Amino acid sequence: MTIHLAVDRTGTDDLPVMVGRHGHRSVLLSAVLSNRKATVGAVLTLIFTVVSVVPSLIAPDNPNAEVFRRFAGISTHHLLGTTAYGQDIFSQVVWGTRQSMEIGFLVGLLSTVLSVLIGVSSAYLGGLADDVLSVVTDVFLVIPTFPLVIVLAAYERNGGLWLIVAVLVVTGWSYGARQLRSQTLSLRNREFLESARVRGERSLYIIMREVLPTMTSLIVANFLGAALYAVLAAAGLQFVGLGNVNTVSWGSMLYWAQNNEALQTGQYLWALVPGICIALLGAALALLNYAFDEISNPALRPQRRIRVRRRTA
Amino acid sequence: MSDAALLEVGGLTVDYLTGGGVVRAVDDVSFSVSPGEFVAVVGESGCGKSTLLFAVAQLLSPPAAITAGSVQFKGHDMVALAGKKLRALRWRDFSLVMQSAMNALNPVLDVGAQFADVMRAHGTKDRAEIRRRSEEVLKLVGIDPVHLGSYPHQLSGGMRQRTMIAMAMIFTPDLVIMDEPTSALDVVAQRSLMVQIKDLQRRLGFAVVFVTHDMSLVSHFSDRLIVMYAGQVAEAGPTRRIFDDPLHPYSRGLLDAFPSVRGPRRELAGIPGSPPDLGTPPPGCRFQPRCTQALDICSSVRPALYQRDVTEVRCVLYDPDRQTVDV
Amino acid sequence: MKYLLRRIGFFAFTLWAALTINFFIPRLMPGNPAEALLGRFHGRVNPAALKALEVAFGVDNHQSLLTQYVDYLGNCLTGHFGISISFFPETVSHVILQALPWTLGLVGITTILAFIAGTAIGAISAWRRGGVMDNLLPPIFVVTSAFPYFWVAMMAVLIFAVALGWSPVGFGYSAGATVSFTPSFVGDVLSHAILPAATILITSIGGWVLTMRNNMVTTLAEDYIRMARAKGLSSTRIMVDYASRNAILPNLTGFAMSLGFVISGAILVEYVFAYPGVGYMLLQAVQNEDYALMQALFLLITVAVLVSVLIADLLTAWLDPRTRAAQ
Repeated sequence: MTIHLAVDRTGTDDLPVMVGRHGHRSVLLSAVLSNRKATVGAVLTLIFTVVSVVPSLIAPDNPNAEVFRRFAGISTHHLLGTTAYGQDIFSQVVWGTRQSMEIGFLVGLLSTVLSVLIGVSSAYLGGLADDVLSVVTDVFLVIPTFPLVIVLAAYERNGGLWLIVAVLVVTGWSYGARQLRSQTLSLRNREFLESARVRGERSLYIIMREVLPTMTSLIVANFLGAALYAVLAAAGLQFVGLGNVNTVSWGSMLYWAQNNEALQTGQYLWALVPGICIALLGAALALLNYAFDEISNPALRPQRRIRVRRRTA
Repeated sequence: MSDAALLEVGGLTVDYLTGGGVVRAVDDVSFSVSPGEFVAVVGESGCGKSTLLFAVAQLLSPPAAITAGSVQFKGHDMVALAGKKLRALRWRDFSLVMQSAMNALNPVLDVGAQFADVMRAHGTKDRAEIRRRSEEVLKLVGIDPVHLGSYPHQLSGGMRQRTMIAMAMIFTPDLVIMDEPTSALDVVAQRSLMVQIKDLQRRLGFAVVFVTHDMSLVSHFSDRLIVMYAGQVAEAGPTRRIFDDPLHPYSRGLLDAFPSVRGPRRELAGIPGSPPDLGTPPPGCRFQPRCTQALDICSSVRPALYQRDVTEVRCVLYDPDRQTVDV
Repeated sequence: MKYLLRRIGFFAFTLWAALTINFFIPRLMPGNPAEALLGRFHGRVNPAALKALEVAFGVDNHQSLLTQYVDYLGNCLTGHFGISISFFPETVSHVILQALPWTLGLVGITTILAFIAGTAIGAISAWRRGGVMDNLLPPIFVVTSAFPYFWVAMMAVLIFAVALGWSPVGFGYSAGATVSFTPSFVGDVLSHAILPAATILITSIGGWVLTMRNNMVTTLAEDYIRMARAKGLSSTRIMVDYASRNAILPNLTGFAMSLGFVISGAILVEYVFAYPGVGYMLLQAVQNEDYALMQALFLLITVAVLVSVLIADLLTAWLDPRTRAAQ
C-alpha cells in the first residue's frame, strides 16, 4: 500500500490533481467540435474537398472551352461572367479547385512523412546521426524556399503537377522536421519510453507505438501547415507563369487575368474570384492549424474574463 | 484568535471556474498566524495547500478565484485591497519563496538586477544603497556578494534557493510565505536549508507559513501544524501535540507511514485508496472512503471542525455532542 | 563565444551549401536547358558573352567538374556573375546593384516595422488575456496571414489605385521622372511605395502577432511571473522585463524561418506592382531565360536571409545570457 504523497508539480494554477480525466480520443473529437475556429476551418475545407472531387456536378461546362461571349458580366448563364477568352469563370473556378486541393494534399502528405522520418529519427538516434540530420534540416530551413522554387521551376517550364509537388516537398519539409525533433527530444527520457526500452522493445516499435501517438496533434498541425504553404506557393508559381498555364487552376486564372490587365480594364471578377478562393482555402487551413495548436496546448485557449461573486464571510 | 494576530484567514474558499464546472480547491479554511510564529501546512499533492498559499498572498490567476472568506493581514483586508495599495504592501510586509528557484528567478536578468528592481519599485532610488542592501542579504544566507553579477543558471541549485530566500529578506518583512522551498533539493541540502531558515527567523523575527508535503521535514521546525485534505483543514494544532497524539485518522495514517530512524522497527502502514475528485466530492466526510474508523454517519454527514484541547479536528469522532465517544 | 562561433560557422556552411546548390542545378536539370539556351542565342550574342555562359554552365567544357566548381566559387566570391542577357551588355552585378536599393528600402523597412509592431501587438494582446483584443485579434490575424501576398496586392491595386485613384498603379516612380534626390522625386517614390509597403505589412504582421502572443501566453504561466507580481512590481515592468524579454527569444529564432515567407511574398508583390526591385527582376529574368541573372539573384536573396539570421542570432545572444554559457 503506498501513500500518495508523491510530489507532483501540476504547474501554476492547473487544477488540483484530484480532478478526473476523460479518455484521450473523446477529448480530441470533442475539442475539435467545440473549438469554433476548428469547426469553421473544417467546414470550409470539407466544402472545397467536395467541390474538387465532383466538379462536374456543380459546373458541367468545360472550363477550357473558349466558346462563350467574351467579357460577359454576371448572368444566370454565367454565374460569374466570362473571361477575355470567352471562358466561363464559374466553371474555371470550380474545376480549378481540384488542382489546388491536389497539390495541397499531396505536398502536405509527403512533406509530413519526410518531416516525421527525419525529425523523429534524428532526435531518437542522437549522436552523429542527429548532428548531421540537424544541420541538413537547418540548411534547408534557412535557404529561402520561394526563390529556390522559382529557379527550379524555371528550368523545367512545362513540368506540370509532379514537378511542382516535388519541388515544394523538397523545400517544405524542414520546418516540420525541426518541430518534431524538438518534441521527440523532450519525450525521449520520459518514463513510459524507459519502460518500453527495458521491456526489450525494438527502437522502431517504440517510435511507432509509443512516441508517434503522443504527437498526433503536432503531426496533424504540421500537415495542415505544409498544405497551406503548398497551396499558396503553387498559386504563386502559377501566377507568375511557372506552372502549366494551360491547365485550369486558380493560379493560372490569375496569371491570365493579370496578363490581360483585368483589374485595369474593369474585369474585376476574373481577378477577384480565384484570389478569394485561394484566400478562403488558405484561411481554412490556417484556422484548422491554429485550432490544433490550441488543442495540443490548452494554455492557448481563449479565456473568459472571470466575474467573481463573493460571499462575504 | 488573539488580537495580536499578524495574519487571520477566515473561511477562505477558492474555486476554479472551468468549462466543465466549478472545482472547489480550498473549502472554508480558517487559521491565524501570530508574529514570529512558524506555521506549517502539510498535505498530499492536490489537497489545495499551494492554492491556499497563493490565495492568501493574492497571487491567484484565472481560472482560480477567491469566492468567499477573508484574509486580514496587519489590519488590512487583503481581498478587497487592490492596485497601488496592495503593491505597496507586497514584499515590504510579506514576501514569497517558491519551490524551484530555477523557475522562480527571471533567467535573463542577473541576481543583482532582480534585487534592484524590487527595491526600486518600493522607493529606494540610491544605487549605493541598493548595492549595500543586496550584498547584506546575500551575506545573510552565506553567499559571496560577487554573485550579484551572476545569472540564475550559473548558480548551483542550493545557491539559487538561498538566493531566493535572501531576496525575500530584503525588506525584512513580517511574514514570509514559503511554497515547498526544499522539494527540489536533496535530503542533506533540505535539512541545511531548513536550519538556515529557522536561524534567520530567530534573528529577524518574521513569521513563516510553510507549505510542504513532507511532514517529517517540519516536525522540528514548526510551532503549529495544519493538516489539509481534499481542500479542507483536517487537523490543526501545536506541532508536537499532533505528532505525539494525532487525532484525525488521516493524520494518524500519515504519521504511521514515516519510519523512525531511532525508534523500534515496525511495519509501515499506508493509506489505501486515493484522494477524491474535487469536481464531485463525496457527500459526507471527504476522507470517509479511505478511513479505517469510519462510522455509518460519516458517508452522509459533513463533519465540522471540532475543538479538542488545543487542537481542532474535522472528524465526527471528536464531536462533543455525540452519544458514544470513541478515542 | 562558443555560441557565436557556432552561428558564424553555420552561416558560412549554409552559404557554401547555397553556392553549391546553385552550381549543380543547371547541370542536373534534365534536358540540359543550358545547351538549349546557348543554341537559341547562338549568333545573337557576342562570343564573349557566350563564352561566359558556357563557363557558368559547364557546357562544351573539357574541364573537370572540380575545376569548374573551384572557378565558379572564385567567381562568386569576387562578384563575377557574368553578363546579363536581358540587359545586355550590362554585367549581372551592375544590373543587380541598380535594383537592390529599391528592395532594401521597401522590403527591409517594411519587414522591420512589421516585426516590431507585430511583436508589440502580440505582447499586449497576450497580457490582456480574456479581453476584447485577445479574443478578437488572433482569429483575424490567422486569416489575414493566410492570404496570398499577390492577391492582397491585387486587391490593393483594385481598390486604391483603380477604383479610388489614390495611388499610382505601379512602378517605382512615375514614367519620365529623373532619378535624383530632390524632394519631389523622393515624394514620388514614396507615393509609389505606399501600396506595396502596406501590402507586405498587412500580410506579414499577422505571423509576428500570433507567434509573439503564443510565446507570451506560455511565458506568463511561468513561476517567475508570479514571483514578479509577488514582489509588487508594476504591470508595465513585469510585461517588459519579465514577460516580453523572455517571450521574444523564440520569436527571434523563428525570425529566420518567417523571413523566407516574407521574401517570397515580397517577390510577388513587386511583380504585381512592377516595382523595380530584386524580386521583380528575378521574375523578369525567368521570363527572359536570363539564367545568369536568375542565379545571381537567388544567391543574393539567400545571402540576405543568412545575414538577417545571423543578426537575429547575435541579438539572441545579447538578450539571453543562457546562450552565452558554454554548452
